[in-house]
Amino acid sequence: MRVRFWGTRGSIPVALDSAALQAKLVEALLKASGKPLRSAAEARQFIERELDFTGSHTFGGASPCIEVERPGASPLILDLGSGVRGLGARDVGRADRPRTYNVLMSHMHWDHIMGFPFFAPAYVAENHIRIHGCHAELEHALRRQQAVPSYPVAFDRLSARIEFVLLEPGRRYDIDGIAVTGMLQAHSGDSYAYRLEHGGKALIYATDSEHKLEDPRESEAFAAFFRGADMVIFDAMYSLAEAVSVKEDWGHSSNVVGVELCQLAGAKHLVLFHHEPAYDDAAIARIWRDAVRLEEITRGERAPLRVSAAYDGLEIDV
Amino acid sequence: MPQNKALGRDLPRGHERTPLTTAPDPGMNISDRRISNAVVLEVTGRIDNDTCEAFRLRLAPFLRECTGGGDRLVLDFTGVDYISSVGLRVLMLAAKQAKKQGGTVVLAGLHSVVKEIFEISRFDLVFQCFTSVRDALAAAAPRALAASERA
Repeated sequence: MRVRFWGTRGSIPVALDSAALQAKLVEALLKASGKPLRSAAEARQFIERELDFTGSHTFGGASPCIEVERPGASPLILDLGSGVRGLGARDVGRADRPRTYNVLMSHMHWDHIMGFPFFAPAYVAENHIRIHGCHAELEHALRRQQAVPSYPVAFDRLSARIEFVLLEPGRRYDIDGIAVTGMLQAHSGDSYAYRLEHGGKALIYATDSEHKLEDPRESEAFAAFFRGADMVIFDAMYSLAEAVSVKEDWGHSSNVVGVELCQLAGAKHLVLFHHEPAYDDAAIARIWRDAVRLEEITRGERAPLRVSAAYDGLEIDV
Repeated sequence: MPQNKALGRDLPRGHERTPLTTAPDPGMNISDRRISNAVVLEVTGRIDNDTCEAFRLRLAPFLRECTGGGDRLVLDFTGVDYISSVGLRVLMLAAKQAKKQGGTVVLAGLHSVVKEIFEISRFDLVFQCFTSVRDALAAAAPRALAASERA
């Protein structure tokens, strides 16, 4: 499975502003000072070798959307945040239309559905879109956001064939060859984590979830759900101190709890996700470095846990 | 009762430790001693899923007395090897309770791993953390420090 991140920001999309872009340019130009960069290739090589992630990239600002791609299979889309606009734009020019898209929804909060009205394949009559999820309000939420006066194109005017498939948490389903199981999470209005299994690999999508630390049974249940996963995409929106104090009951988690649960579960790769919109690239990079360090100092006799921070455009093979 | 050899190495002298009222947890232990208007709790071992409830229960009576006009509480973490998120949550609840009561809770003696966990979790922004118990008393309970140095 190739996992492609189209949107990794939580709550609301954000963009790198001019001041932040200029700060990156200043840093890059100062580091390049005196170096003979005579071609685009040399400049790219300099960027790759000499600049750190925050100097050469941005985490991006589209809201949650991930594509799980397999050769010869229809794409599986995890959530319809603003990132799905880019996915749709890519596919409009493809030769292999019509296409089927399977979608799996964690929940129906705005940041996870806002991209759908801008998903170009929904306007193509031959396409088939199957939207799965454990929420009873899957269809209602998507119809409502396109209703008057919020949007100019009503849901019924979307040309693609759109189906809704209600899933039951704890049951194992086959979605175009991927085994999918849902699990209820603590989040306002409920959200669901999913375990995706294919070809002997397991991918966990667990965003928008608050982990109640006072209940050890809860941690054990999630560790069992994450057990041996090859990748865990995890809501790491807040610091632990925030998550258990001023932002308690806001429905999100931290890098610290992500590392602990993955260690408990024997997972192989933790991917920090649903970044706080108020954080700049440096702040998110610090959260990532902190998680890497926490894993190192608490590893003990366990196998190493790889820790990454998702960014818009990141692709990882599982 | 097993004692960590590092315990109390920078503590003011002359104050006996109070015996535990509950059976010590094999993974975590706390002993307490009063110094004037301060109580120093010497914590040893690991504070994790297995021990956090014992930690919370042991902390509770001291927290009740940690008020504006009451005791200053110093948690000596010199002997703490590890603290997980559940242990940190217990500390957050302690900080909230103390604040509500107008009390003061500070930490002392965090060694390298625990100090890093505090920084990573941003709990270093929640608690004042001092290098030694002496420094903690100097900041939070100078009367207690003076009393201990007279002793």
